[in-house]
Amino acid sequence: MSALTIDDLRSAVAEGSKTATALAGDFYTRIRQEDPEIGAFLTLCEERALAQAGRIDAMVAEGKPLPPLAGVPVAIKDVMVTKGVRTTAGSKILDNFIPPYDCTAVARLEAAGAVILGKLNCDEFAMGSSTENSAYHAVHNPRDKSRVPGGSSGGSAAAVAAEMAIATLGSDTGGSIRQPASFCGVVGLKPTYGRVSRYGLIAFASSLDHIGPFAKTVKEVALVLRTIAGRDPMDSTSADVPVPDYVAELDKPVKGLRVGVAKEYFGDGLDPEVRAAVEAAIQKLAELGCEVVPVSLPHTEYAIPTYYIVATAEASSNLARFDGVRYGFRAKSTTLSEMYRLSRDSGFGMEVKRRIMLGTYALSAGYYDAYYLKAQKVRALLTRDFDEAFKKVDVIAAPTCPTPAFRLGEKVNDPLAMYLADIYTVTANLAGIPGISIPCGENHEKLPIGLQVFARHFDEATLLRVAHAYERSSLVAGR
Amino acid sequence: MKVTDKDVAYVADLANLELTEEERARMLRDLNSILEYIERLSELETDKVAPMAQVSDRYGVDESRQGSERFAYAIREDVKDGLRKSLPHEDAMKNAPDTDGTFFEVPKVIER
Repeated sequence: MSALTIDDLRSAVAEGSKTATALAGDFYTRIRQEDPEIGAFLTLCEERALAQAGRIDAMVAEGKPLPPLAGVPVAIKDVMVTKGVRTTAGSKILDNFIPPYDCTAVARLEAAGAVILGKLNCDEFAMGSSTENSAYHAVHNPRDKSRVPGGSSGGSAAAVAAEMAIATLGSDTGGSIRQPASFCGVVGLKPTYGRVSRYGLIAFASSLDHIGPFAKTVKEVALVLRTIAGRDPMDSTSADVPVPDYVAELDKPVKGLRVGVAKEYFGDGLDPEVRAAVEAAIQKLAELGCEVVPVSLPHTEYAIPTYYIVATAEASSNLARFDGVRYGFRAKSTTLSEMYRLSRDSGFGMEVKRRIMLGTYALSAGYYDAYYLKAQKVRALLTRDFDEAFKKVDVIAAPTCPTPAFRLGEKVNDPLAMYLADIYTVTANLAGIPGISIPCGENHEKLPIGLQVFARHFDEATLLRVAHAYERSSLVAGR
Repeated sequence: MKVTDKDVAYVADLANLELTEEERARMLRDLNSILEYIERLSELETDKVAPMAQVSDRYGVDESRQGSERFAYAIREDVKDGLRKSLPHEDAMKNAPDTDGTFFEVPKVIER
């Protein structure tokens, strides 16, 4: 099954050389072989997958025109609700939750013919950078099983890396798509805020949460983005901005595009091998005809503190809904107040409680101005940095993460060290600009390194085009 | 140390968390270490900077209008002319930990 692409699989199904049902069966066989050692999946939904595969096979039999992702096996991070299929957000508080509706992005994938194999492991409520905060089990990086896959969408990245799904959906609130993509050696895209509807995404921090795709190649990521993007009346923050044909735009030349490089993303703490790989990738873009331009993003060092105030403040509010009343876990109790407390106490893990506490503190009387209001103002400065830079350049290139994948257990007892794993990714969430991570080499231990590219709001087309050009040139060089 | 035991107890109370003794001790340590790091925001002069709550007001907003009219683009087609269909009652109750079939049941709220 190695090196199969969406195009290969769709053609096989369309030509009748493989039924969608048999294809889904192949992937379930592979998941049963591989996943016990990786831990990417939390729930398999074979019934739903085979029903969809059957519909596709019937269309093929009847000679009907096939949708763009017909028969393509995909999987979904378990923070997106799926009608009739258990959705946990990686938390014990939702251990038995069966959603009564579908997330828009999931519904759009299925409407485009994709076959949803199951739900993917993640940090509890997407809070974490290693997937070690899952209340169920850790995920092992397919490239080195002693290492984390990154997080919070660790299952989504690992499933693609281990070829247990062709494409997956993840969510990115501070880097949770791009960082695991970098750690697992796959492509991961966080679109512009408002590009993809958040309807049915279990909220962590509403002004920072994004849904986006993972796949092995830029073209496949473009295909999935084209499918899930666009205005959705069910999410008032989803933008009424036309969706270009991202796939058709991939092959446009990159010659003459201006690529910004900000020194703030190459400072202390950046692993020398990561630096060398990212600098070589930027050199490659120059060889492809891009103009490399120095830019400054002077407030970058304030991004992590700003992020951890804004994200936790929003989380403390969003997670108030988990109270044991309407769904989820309810602890045995004699009064309503006791019920709330005991349900939340035993339902939430330590990191979730830590963030609820930090966010509640930052919003509490006497501290609001010093923390939350201050962070909102610095958020404006960080966004202004990008606005200024994008007057001079079309995209900005940077490392996705300061290091390759770290070891399981390495940072689990030091929340601040874990937060710093997101140092190059959080700013794009605060500013709402799109960002992608694509593989750009390996270190001496064969651990993947990721190149990150940012673009202007709603300019995913240019972002994907640059990533695609780099990917093609590096494939040619590597073979 | 910025945060005290008393603060931890107060904030836990606001957040409807009970927390064990051990969790409270860990929370005290972690919150202080994180807040110490966050302290660096005070280096920045921000008196004249307008706070930014979210990014979605960067597009689609009609600046020529006042108040909520500016966000007319976000009004849902399906609710313009009244209420949309909601989730069927039965579906909404399916995940209830405790229900009499019509309502969510909870422990007694008002003590006599």
